[in-house]
Amino acid sequence: MALNLSAIVARHGGDPSRLVQILRDVMDAEGHVAPPVITALASTLGVSRGQVEGVVGFYSFLDSEPRGKYRVLFSDNITDELSGGHELRQRMLDAFRLELGEVSRDGLVSIGATSCTGLCDQGPAMLVNGRAIARLTPARIGAIASLIRGESPMDQWPDNLFVIDSHIERKDLLLSTPLSPGEAIDAAIARGAAATIDEIARSGLRGRGGAGFGTGQKWAACAAAHGGGPAERYVVCNADEGEPGTFKDRELFAHYTDLVLEGMTVAGFAVGAQKGLIYLRAEYPFLFAPLLAKLEERRRAGLLGRDVRGARGFDFDIELHIGAGAYVCGEESALIESLEGKRGIPRNRPPFPVTHGYKQQPTVVNNVETLAVAALIAKHGADFLRAVGTAKSSGTKVLSVSGDVARPGIYEYPFGVPVARVLEDAGARDTQAVQVGGPSGILLGANELGRRISFEDVPSAGAFMVFDTTRDMLAVVENFTRFFAHESCGFCTPCRVGTTLSAQMMKRLVAGKGSRRDMKDLAKVTQIMKASSHCGLGHTAGNPVIDALAKFRPSFDRKLRSLDVLPTFDLDEALAPAREATARDDAEAHFNEEES
Amino acid sequence: MTAKTFQMDGHDVPFEEGQSILAAALAAGSYVPYLCYHAEFKPHGSCKVCTVKVNGRTQASCTTPAREGDVVESNVDELNELRKNLVQFLFTEGNHFCPSCEASGGCALQAVGYELGMTTAHYSPLFPDRPVDASHPDVLLDFNRCILCELCVRASSLVDGKNVFSLSGRGITKHLIVNAESGKLADTTLSVEDKAMSVCPVGVILRKRRGFKAPIGERRYDAHSISEVAVAHPEDEAK
Repeated sequence: MALNLSAIVARHGGDPSRLVQILRDVMDAEGHVAPPVITALASTLGVSRGQVEGVVGFYSFLDSEPRGKYRVLFSDNITDELSGGHELRQRMLDAFRLELGEVSRDGLVSIGATSCTGLCDQGPAMLVNGRAIARLTPARIGAIASLIRGESPMDQWPDNLFVIDSHIERKDLLLSTPLSPGEAIDAAIARGAAATIDEIARSGLRGRGGAGFGTGQKWAACAAAHGGGPAERYVVCNADEGEPGTFKDRELFAHYTDLVLEGMTVAGFAVGAQKGLIYLRAEYPFLFAPLLAKLEERRRAGLLGRDVRGARGFDFDIELHIGAGAYVCGEESALIESLEGKRGIPRNRPPFPVTHGYKQQPTVVNNVETLAVAALIAKHGADFLRAVGTAKSSGTKVLSVSGDVARPGIYEYPFGVPVARVLEDAGARDTQAVQVGGPSGILLGANELGRRISFEDVPSAGAFMVFDTTRDMLAVVENFTRFFAHESCGFCTPCRVGTTLSAQMMKRLVAGKGSRRDMKDLAKVTQIMKASSHCGLGHTAGNPVIDALAKFRPSFDRKLRSLDVLPTFDLDEALAPAREATARDDAEAHFNEEES
Repeated sequence: MTAKTFQMDGHDVPFEEGQSILAAALAAGSYVPYLCYHAEFKPHGSCKVCTVKVNGRTQASCTTPAREGDVVESNVDELNELRKNLVQFLFTEGNHFCPSCEASGGCALQAVGYELGMTTAHYSPLFPDRPVDASHPDVLLDFNRCILCELCVRASSLVDGKNVFSLSGRGITKHLIVNAESGKLADTTLSVEDKAMSVCPVGVILRKRRGFKAPIGERRYDAHSISEVAVAHPEDEAK
């Protein structure tokens, strides 16, 4: 075997909690994690074989069977779909005569779909062997197909294919306040740990990842865990930006790296942590090397490592973990499970991560944006943030604007900004709907554009997807239900089965094969998921359906067959295998309903 | 000394500190439907069939610690309808053909279905492709009936110390696997004495050559409903 497994394992210190990282390295080396490799890994790491196989089976970017030498994955986000992603995907499938998800017989190429790759401002996008390619066009697809046919090594592909654009269209407090490396840490050290936490609390900073929990409260709980006594404490930066339509963390890490790392270090100082962990989604490979270089630079500058900024006893360093394709790992306890090298299943809570987090130690998990804001508060004080925003939402929000707008990109506004203002600035016309906060957020209709982005009104983790009046909202919602079915971790019954049933019913409805019974069942299934799911994914998976049923009911009714009982069995579809076997597709080989 | 109590459906239920709502209710003779719970293992709350309302909020009762003064709703139409739907989800997800199943009459899924008045699976069946594993000399695995309760996973790991069973996949493709490179049960260390052999609430893990040893009509839930059995023998339910 060409694979040097022991070298890979050694690189990770033989630590089973690094399993996801080890498996990523095996994927890079081999293209898949073969069953004998799983066996060998399990015995080397001293864990059960089933555990390793279970992890491989959980993550989208880990495979136990060989994929193509070139693994092509098209982003299936709705913005990619609406900008022609499906047609381009079909073009490429046709070029290689493949079905979606299939591997070519010669093993050269496989073409599949993946959830949003976070390039919604420059879609349609794809990943080839993990590398991101944006702004796809028929010409680009043709060029990529030729490179694959010629078996050109990816490091010899034209550089311009991999260029990721940056569109920071509006800056406010966070994106326009300069900070020199070390300034915020110095201010925190001068103020003291407890006073820094107080300052954060007084600023009213709330988590920017969606839930909006008080950051100061979280830090205080972590610092006070186990009686405030000595314990290993951790600061985790949640950069698993998986919510479709969100790409702000991509830009923050690309252009405000120091600010984010400074925020992590401030958090580490405040709660008494020695170690920070960044959980970065695998879809952003272009960030890996610059981020590692930046960490090294900060170590050399005394901003990480022993006695940070000369503060005796303040030892803090940051480690980078890369995800492997699982939206649910954005949920903080699932993220921690993943950091520990396991399947990303959300934990039962309580206990919460602030007392029993990473390796059962007190852990603060904060969103990228939250940490960046925290750095500025450490430097400039609580009032700096309080001066901006609304009563219960101090500061600003960075929005990822995409879809039917003239200028997609990053827009930062004070909290309280009306949705209509964002639309105007981004150049939206004839807006039919806006999905704020991504599929798990809120779908706003055209009569709600006066509503405001804030925790009091329309909270948002950052996604802001715009749909104009030419769009079929049913197809939009169908895309979202497909997303949740793909990303449900499968732990609990309501979400595992409910997301799949919702996606099936939406598919039938969009195809014009739905009945009133489907509508009733759809409402029931979403209600069951909301009431009894294990975590936020299941609780919110029905949101787009509920909103669409309430706000876009005519779109559903137009597609309905006026039947109470639905025809799940499609006679014509049932003939498909026979047509394929006999290579026929003429009228006689189809079941014609009108004649029957 | 008076024991601590919470209220469930208008009755006081005593509990010990740290006890879950479900365990306390069963011990007090009040049945709450469940599938993935087992008194001998730490509950993980995946099936959600035991969902109750605690002070108005829905919670899995197996993982929610009882607290003094809590007001719990359980045997109410809204929750029984929710539970029935979850059981229908499980029937929809797998391949469950009770009339030809060896576990019929002794199956918790079937019994809870009866208990909740379920007459059909309601939703369009998913008909997953789940080949059986007959490789082991003494044991047959019929994955078609698996409801992913993880009781065998937990029993094999925690009691038998063997880790014969694990889960792989994600979402609707989540599935039970065995700990062998071949993927076959014959290549694991499972033996018929293992605890993992006796915890399956449905008909996945079956002893060979024992088929229909207990005649239909004389099986666990034939004479008494699961609500009676669970409360009469809370300790050995699902054995």
